[in-house]
Amino acid sequence: MSDLRELLRGAAAGERLALARLLTAIENDAPGLRDLLPALFAAGKGGHLVGITGPPGGGKSTLVNALTEEWRRRGKRVGIVAVDPSSPYTGGAIMGDRIRMMGHAADQDVFMRSMASRGELGGIAAATWMAAAALDAAGYDPILIETVGAGQSEVEIARLAETTVVVEVPEMGDEVQAIKAGLLEVADLLVVNKGDRPGADLAARHLRAMLSTAGGRVGRKPPPILVTTATSGEGVATLVDAIGAHREDARGTEALHRRAGHQVQRALADLAVRRAAQHPAWDATVQSVADRELDPFTAAQRLLGEEA
Amino acid sequence: MDDSRSTPIRVLIAKPGLDGHDRGAKVLARGLRDEGFEVIYTGLRQTPEMIVDAAEQEDVDVIGMSILSGAHMALLPRVVELSRERGMDDVLIAAGGIIPDADVAKLKAAGIAEVFGPGTSIGQIAGYFREHARRRG
Repeated sequence: MSDLRELLRGAAAGERLALARLLTAIENDAPGLRDLLPALFAAGKGGHLVGITGPPGGGKSTLVNALTEEWRRRGKRVGIVAVDPSSPYTGGAIMGDRIRMMGHAADQDVFMRSMASRGELGGIAAATWMAAAALDAAGYDPILIETVGAGQSEVEIARLAETTVVVEVPEMGDEVQAIKAGLLEVADLLVVNKGDRPGADLAARHLRAMLSTAGGRVGRKPPPILVTTATSGEGVATLVDAIGAHREDARGTEALHRRAGHQVQRALADLAVRRAAQHPAWDATVQSVADRELDPFTAAQRLLGEEA
Repeated sequence: MDDSRSTPIRVLIAKPGLDGHDRGAKVLARGLRDEGFEVIYTGLRQTPEMIVDAAEQEDVDVIGMSILSGAHMALLPRVVELSRERGMDDVLIAAGGIIPDADVAKLKAAGIAEVFGPGTSIGQIAGYFREHARRRG
């Protein structure tokens, strides 16, 4: 515990190894981590939290590299958490997001951490969130969270970010309808990357037309749609400007309240699952549901100690 | 998997120097993933500084370097040296590739924990990492 405080102090003072080891403690849910949370959040310096998500192969890593280059030109210190899936069979993972970032490896004002999702239910969102808080305490601004946009947990991470950038490619074509309800709904900014390919502008026009009429964004205006070519850097400065402009929106009273609501919901779910999992009757109760003697909702109430 | 370890071992796989052949490194990365390791693959043509900077940020338990170019005596001890300078004393540093027997002893004296030559199985490497990587709470 005192160790963790020492790591936090070091991280906040700019020691990179201390920050790295604090991130490991967060990933591993090390003993004493819960007690550190008030200090961790209090140490935040208000860095802009930006989520970058989208389907695999859309050029997210290359775009993150290009964004980092542009932010460095503007004198910003950039923190990055890149999340990759763990194998559900072996628990192992290959994380390759660094391949495109090695040009920044020795830059003391860029800090990148690869995190495997480790497949624990809801756990990745919690750990990602705390990792971002650690980078914030260390003074990085902006802080990017890069995820593979393939499922619910990514939508959740996107909800927790202040500004969510969804990266698509020109060829998405007919998939647009399918993804409409998921990723596009959480986008604060939509990027059509690989803008040098034929059809990029057409894809951007289709998205614009679709989102101006799409539901699911009650009370929110449609997101700006930008075209980038991450490999050449084209459009990246404009994207950096747009992300910066959205920071103001993200810090309006209503947006702050909405995001805090998601954070508390997330923490509640996490706490409830942890507490229920320690219940001595967990196995028996789960078996009752399997045997169809009990419905899942009543089972959950019992595991939380509410008599039903 | 070792019972005393509840979290996956994190391994950085790097290609120091200028040779452009990373088939072996990629096969190893995938093999270690299948053995339950979390592998951070950094790609080709890395300097010792880049490798150590990445290893520091990723807080890995193991640095594994594949090298075929013959520049191992110039590059590998430098990675050990930089790691120690940064306070990463407990990181296991190993190498593989084409390295003459005469150099293996010198590399070990310089702090490279083990050198895996051609024909080593992934299971052997995984076993070695499990046995020698630092333990975490």
